[in-house]
Amino acid sequence: MRKAVIIGAGMTPVGEHWKLGLRDLAVEALLNAMDDAGIDRVDSLYVGNMVSGPFVEQENLGALIADWAGLGNIPAVKIEAACASGGAAVQEGVKAVLSGLEDVVAVVGVEKMTDAWPSDATRYLAYAADAEWELFHGASFVALNALIMRYYMKAYGYTEEDLALFAVNAHANGAKNPYAMFKRPIKVETVLKSPYVADPLKLFDASPVCDGAASVIITTPEKAEELGVPKEKWVEVAGMGRAIDTISLASREDLLTLKAAKVAAERAYKMAGVEAKDIDFFEVHDAFTVMAALSLEALGAAKKGEGAKLAKEGQIAIDADYPIQTMGGLKARGHPVGATGVYQTVEAVLQLRGEAPSQVPDAEIGLTQNIGGTGSNITVNVFRRV
Amino acid sequence: MARPMQVSRYWRHFREKYRLIGGKCENGHVHFPKRSICPVCGSRNVEEIELSGKGKVISWTIVRNPPSGFEYYKPFPLALIELEEGPVVLAQLTDVDPEEIDFGMEVEVVTKKIREFEEDGIILYGYKFRPPVR
Repeated sequence: MRKAVIIGAGMTPVGEHWKLGLRDLAVEALLNAMDDAGIDRVDSLYVGNMVSGPFVEQENLGALIADWAGLGNIPAVKIEAACASGGAAVQEGVKAVLSGLEDVVAVVGVEKMTDAWPSDATRYLAYAADAEWELFHGASFVALNALIMRYYMKAYGYTEEDLALFAVNAHANGAKNPYAMFKRPIKVETVLKSPYVADPLKLFDASPVCDGAASVIITTPEKAEELGVPKEKWVEVAGMGRAIDTISLASREDLLTLKAAKVAAERAYKMAGVEAKDIDFFEVHDAFTVMAALSLEALGAAKKGEGAKLAKEGQIAIDADYPIQTMGGLKARGHPVGATGVYQTVEAVLQLRGEAPSQVPDAEIGLTQNIGGTGSNITVNVFRRV
Repeated sequence: MARPMQVSRYWRHFREKYRLIGGKCENGHVHFPKRSICPVCGSRNVEEIELSGKGKVISWTIVRNPPSGFEYYKPFPLALIELEEGPVVLAQLTDVDPEEIDFGMEVEVVTKKIREFEEDGIILYGYKFRPPVR
């Protein structure tokens, strides 16, 4: 089978980009990635995006972005898997390369969220839930995660302080990332003093509404050599997995198991020929602090019920055994929903090239995990230094 | 948000939302709302079952920043309720002091207004849950 390597990575800072539209952000990230690889053409484009229709009244993002990036008459489509759209788009790009149909593929993840009124943004994000049986009842996405958070704390005896540690860690790492939305360290008290959005979930348990775009260029090692991309830029896509779970939370077999992440991780580990203990850093989907805990458990970094224990024991810091959110995670870097999975990929590439602002020492294998819905659509990717 | 032409969209679920009609497959698995394929065993032989509407709170939250359309009602409690027949349902709690809500609290179904659209729009009704009226 062919192998896939990432040869270029680029992004825009995450933030409230009042002067830039969706297309500006996407094109900037895409051109950064192409410049990083030193190429000026690609065979196709995959766009990770979740809700551009409601947010900016724009669909057909494949055509829009390829056109404005001057890529010519290539095939280009949007990939949507709720907040996991970015991770899924990376996987579709890799699949195109592995199949042999395309040799040089560009992936861009983009989301423009700040052009909408806040309560409308809350509504659009809830489109990832079940419209008839969740949103109908006024459930926001935050509320659904709050239901999980309360249940998790009760089941294992954790407190709001315990979960706040995930936000503190994310901000500590994000403070060093020039592309992060929040470049400020915070304390546990900062989280606890922030207002409840949906009790027991507070503002600082949640990732922000924001804008951003990230991009990677994927090809084969043979083609990378032919294109003259220096080998120290290559990062192998070693394994990938994707799975779904029930779309509505009420139908979940077990509220406290991210089954889709478990299945996706098993597939990704098998394809890469690694186990959880081989992973040097985990970019998990901490859209809400409790999701970081549940993700560590589903990925095999912690036993069931012990995800938050890793944070309490200080094991999630950059220099500890299970570093997570090395560039701030969704909480501090920011979570432009459909772009997040591609940001995670770019950050994994920087770590594995040894170019990250807060570098995990001797990182060789990294994992990204991207959650759509309340755990209903999840991608897991494993990357390896070449 | 589009209004008038959504009548059919909401009306097609009125039996579930007014009477808690769920599904029960040939192997006895009960689910809500009713599906054509049993989510547990995959059987396509699924009959309708009217659920009792009695259940217990398994988790809850107070929604303070709701999606647009629900601003008027904020803050409101939202819960996961395990019905006595087994299925879990997501719904708002009503007629309850938020301080009183607790794990395992007994609740029963009641039909209430869920939200209304402005002027020429429709009014949505559906199930909410409250502490049992004795």
